[in-house]
Amino acid sequence: MSELVLHYEVEGANFSAAGEASSAVKRVLSRLGLSDKVVRRASICLYEGEINMVIHASGGVIDVTVFPDRLEMVLKDTGPGIRNLEEAMREGFSTASDSVRDLGFGAGMGLPNMKKYADDITVESEVGVGTTVRMVVRLDG
Amino acid sequence: MNHSVTLIRDKCKGCTTCIKHCPTEAIRVRRGKAIIVAERCIDCGQCIRVCPHHAKRAVCDGLDRLSEFDYTVALPAPSLYGQFHNLDDVNIVLAALLDIGFDAVFEVARAAEIISDMTRQEMGTPGALPRPVISSACPASVRLICQRFPGLMANVLPFMAPVELASVLARREAMNKTGLSPERIGVFFLTPCPAKATAVRNPIGLAAPVIDGAIALSELYLHLLPVMKKRPDLPDLATAGLMGLGWAVSGGESAALLGESYLAVDGIENVIQVLEDIEDGKLPEVEFLELSACTQGCVGGCLTVENPFAAKARMKRLMKFLPVSRNKVGPGDKPLASWGAFLSHTPVFRLDADMQAALEKQARIEALAAQLPGLDCSSCGAPSCRSLAEDVVLGFASEEDCIFRMRERVMYLSGDGDAEQFLPPPFRRDPGAGDN
Repeated sequence: MSELVLHYEVEGANFSAAGEASSAVKRVLSRLGLSDKVVRRASICLYEGEINMVIHASGGVIDVTVFPDRLEMVLKDTGPGIRNLEEAMREGFSTASDSVRDLGFGAGMGLPNMKKYADDITVESEVGVGTTVRMVVRLDG
Repeated sequence: MNHSVTLIRDKCKGCTTCIKHCPTEAIRVRRGKAIIVAERCIDCGQCIRVCPHHAKRAVCDGLDRLSEFDYTVALPAPSLYGQFHNLDDVNIVLAALLDIGFDAVFEVARAAEIISDMTRQEMGTPGALPRPVISSACPASVRLICQRFPGLMANVLPFMAPVELASVLARREAMNKTGLSPERIGVFFLTPCPAKATAVRNPIGLAAPVIDGAIALSELYLHLLPVMKKRPDLPDLATAGLMGLGWAVSGGESAALLGESYLAVDGIENVIQVLEDIEDGKLPEVEFLELSACTQGCVGGCLTVENPFAAKARMKRLMKFLPVSRNKVGPGDKPLASWGAFLSHTPVFRLDADMQAALEKQARIEALAAQLPGLDCSSCGAPSCRSLAEDVVLGFASEEDCIFRMRERVMYLSGDGDAEQFLPPPFRRDPGAGDN
């Protein structure tokens, strides 16, 4: 069975370009005829992850693989890493700076939203090395 | 669908201006002429605005159609009032409509006030409408949602556009007054845009058309000017307040809801951007979303005469002298105005009904798009390199439609590296660089 791999590079600290990758993926997924619900869930997961990379990690790469039964999304950065993952997964927790909050980001809903909308999520992070987030959204979901 | 937007073949030079501006990528150039892909066109009128050769037009009805009926009613869009200099009384326009041959007028603004009242009530009923409620008034925007944002179809206000309610009420009034049967009464919308002209023939959410025809404001303008006069015996025909007239301008429909959490968006590119944001959950605070495909709202329609900014200023001046609202929901209005059918998704961008086949096609599109030069020059007749890749994979175009791919092929066939000197400078290879 064939699969489709989509690759995007996310620029750090560029808020006006943030969301371009998730929009592009959304367009591709709807062309494939996936349900609106799946497209929307995948797009929210990716958008939140993309914004995190822009705010915290000076960019990174996104790889989305479409399998016949699921989407796998891998977001990888070489940023500062997450100091306390448990805290970071809690709603409302944020380490974003005031200047970022002034832009309307940093509500502490990024990782919690990703967890809510993905069927499966794993976060590997090492302080000073970087973070890799893997998310799966099932196509029958 | 029977579209209003059409090509005037003789005038088209195949210049590719329109294909670059079409928000749904619905136009291609083939054999030197633009071709509109009917399933994708939402009649927004962008191509009419940008065509330097005036080769696109909106097909509407002429005043000659009035003679097909025993009794005729004009439904003036509120944006009509913004087309004239120094107009201080709507009655001057309404009386002029009678002078040029209509038997009666029914202001669309009057029905707009009823729809506003109905929307206020419905939005105040907990659980009745999912948020954000999206206006149903701009047919280009609603068709865009059905194509590209099917997840938001359930948010569209399930009521007719004001012009449709106006038509139903106007025909009823005319029947009561004349005793004629409904088909002998001709109800005509005076339209600022092609999207509404198309919606007259192919209504959204209704089983059958309720309006008999659409006449362009620009066509009426020259007929109205000579008969528009201030006179002492001017009949009082105006029936709407400032809320109804306000619908002509972006923000007017929202303002009539008397709420605060609304967003009024105008211009088709902005409409697309905000729908993307809503779909991604970025604007959770928005209760009501008003969409206008045209800049500044209906006053920016491509069948208007005056520039949208001047028209907007004139509307504001006219509204100053009017009461807030003169119309409320009457008994029986709500079932009358409610859609009989749900919106349905028009999957014009879907690659294949079979998911596996679609996956393979998308993989080929990605691979081909990566090989194309990425200049989006449109010489191939498609709006961008990516859309050419899609057309190739779907069988509507060939790789060699790309002038750069053709160059490779010509050089390969001629076996002569100097063939390049016959190419125009923009297409010659940079000797210092690698392939493309």
